[in-house]
Amino acid sequence: METKFEDVSRRSKILQALEDQDTSVQFEDPLESEMILNMGPQHPATHGVLRLLVKLDGETVISCLPELGYLHRGYEKLAENSSYHEFIPHTDRLDYISPLSNNTAYVLAVEKLLGIEAPLRSQYIRTIISELARISSHLLFLGSLAMDVGALTVWMYSFREREKLYDIFENLTGARFTTSYARIGGVAQDLTPEVAAMMKTFLAEFPKNLNDCEKLLNRNRIFIDRCDGVGVISREQAIDLGVTGPTLRASGVNHDLRRATPYLMYDRFDFEVPVHEGGDSLARYYQRMAEMKESAKIVMQALDAIPTGEVHAFKPKKVLPRKHQVYTRMEELIHDFMLINFGIDPPDGEIYFAIEAPKGELGFYIVSKKGEGHPWRFKIRSPSMVNIHALPTMLKGAMISDLVAIIGSLDPVMGEADK
Amino acid sequence: MDNQTVLQQLQSRFGDAILSSTDYRDELTVVVSKERIVEICSFLKTDPALSYDLLADLCGIDMFTPTNRFGVVYNLLSLQNKHRLRLKTFTDEENPRISTVTGVWGAANCHERETYDMFGIVFEGHPDLRRMYMPDEFEYFPLRKDFPLMGIPGSLPLPKK
Repeated sequence: METKFEDVSRRSKILQALEDQDTSVQFEDPLESEMILNMGPQHPATHGVLRLLVKLDGETVISCLPELGYLHRGYEKLAENSSYHEFIPHTDRLDYISPLSNNTAYVLAVEKLLGIEAPLRSQYIRTIISELARISSHLLFLGSLAMDVGALTVWMYSFREREKLYDIFENLTGARFTTSYARIGGVAQDLTPEVAAMMKTFLAEFPKNLNDCEKLLNRNRIFIDRCDGVGVISREQAIDLGVTGPTLRASGVNHDLRRATPYLMYDRFDFEVPVHEGGDSLARYYQRMAEMKESAKIVMQALDAIPTGEVHAFKPKKVLPRKHQVYTRMEELIHDFMLINFGIDPPDGEIYFAIEAPKGELGFYIVSKKGEGHPWRFKIRSPSMVNIHALPTMLKGAMISDLVAIIGSLDPVMGEADK
Repeated sequence: MDNQTVLQQLQSRFGDAILSSTDYRDELTVVVSKERIVEICSFLKTDPALSYDLLADLCGIDMFTPTNRFGVVYNLLSLQNKHRLRLKTFTDEENPRISTVTGVWGAANCHERETYDMFGIVFEGHPDLRRMYMPDEFEYFPLRKDFPLMGIPGSLPLPKK
């Protein structure tokens, strides 16, 4: 009894102390007031430095405003002041989840501007690395979406696979993350038989390992409940907002630049363009899972069909010569000097070239002027930037806990969105 | 759908609003007058044969010329014909204004904001024309050719403590 009495007196003392301070919170009308929530730029589910201003009514999202620019590095300005060769390493830092496909997109755009073509073997290698980059990017999507909605195991499984891919990239390019592998007129090094064997081993195990992830998710009640029917974007809305890539195809639009405007070697391979109808987070998950399987098919076919030969085009005025030639031959030394110091001298012209990057249509619009070694105007059409601006449509009417499932299913990369 | 057909359709319908055209590496660029840009864009989108329903990209360009200094470039894609078309229109340095095409493609919203941020081209009728990448109080337009690569010292104030 005594202890109880002491307890009560202590509690009343605390209450008294609290009442002496003015700690009361006044709600005018708690059920109808709107609230502005600031999400990011430092939030684990925003995949970098995306900031969202969300207007809430209770737990329901009324409207949302994406704020970009926290990673803006001014790549377009930099590109206008550097030579075409100098910009290749910067493309790694756009979509840093799949640098190999950015490298490829950029050099293909420059090659189109210059009117040159890389040898067949290097085109095959570029096709292979673009598809491996897609697998790597979609694996990150898979892990992070599952983690965002609470399934941590899948993250471990998908990162185990990504680690194998990074080993392959390291053996192929010399770097794990920022590869800078493609060159104007070719690729940096040839694909060695050892790396090809590593790729084949990876691809042989990949379907089984992907199936392990699918088994954890496809019949997982929590995962499906969190993703099903959230963040719906209809076919018409998606086209109107310029959404591209898996997000567009998950809304039922059969549009893939690999089939629509074939580039590289894609018209030689047998693969499907998966399309899903739902338009919600779950459809986007199924979409990317299906795309990974198709990518694996493409890489297998390409590894079997790859011809032997040069990986570097012989265009002395446009393509950098190999280093051993620069050190031993006069002509190559002169060309190397001119290309490094003054850049390629392109004709007057303008081109827009886009590839189907893992996130969507990655395009480069280049305006060149004769006699200048750097572009006059260089525009990066980044898929993430446009896709992020579809978020207000997807988030309207969603619950606040769906936010992470929607952003995760959109898979934005801020390095690319902010340029 | 080839470049010549598209160009002929545009010329027969809009006549002198089509100022010039170039064909480089099999890519058609049509320069149009800025007064009729919205009309031309909605025709290109709604015409069932042309159907340029996806605005792939919209960006500005600084030609650094005494007249017609700033350009706006529209990269269009037709999902049905799998054909690309580029529209270009120019505006003067003194008062760079042009009508918005957000009513035609929703995608123009973010692209026009970015163009305004980088070049200072004002899109009349845009629902939410704010800066996109640079801070709101920033006074310059970084992708203009007279903006130095180094930046302008003091133009980006440090956050207050």
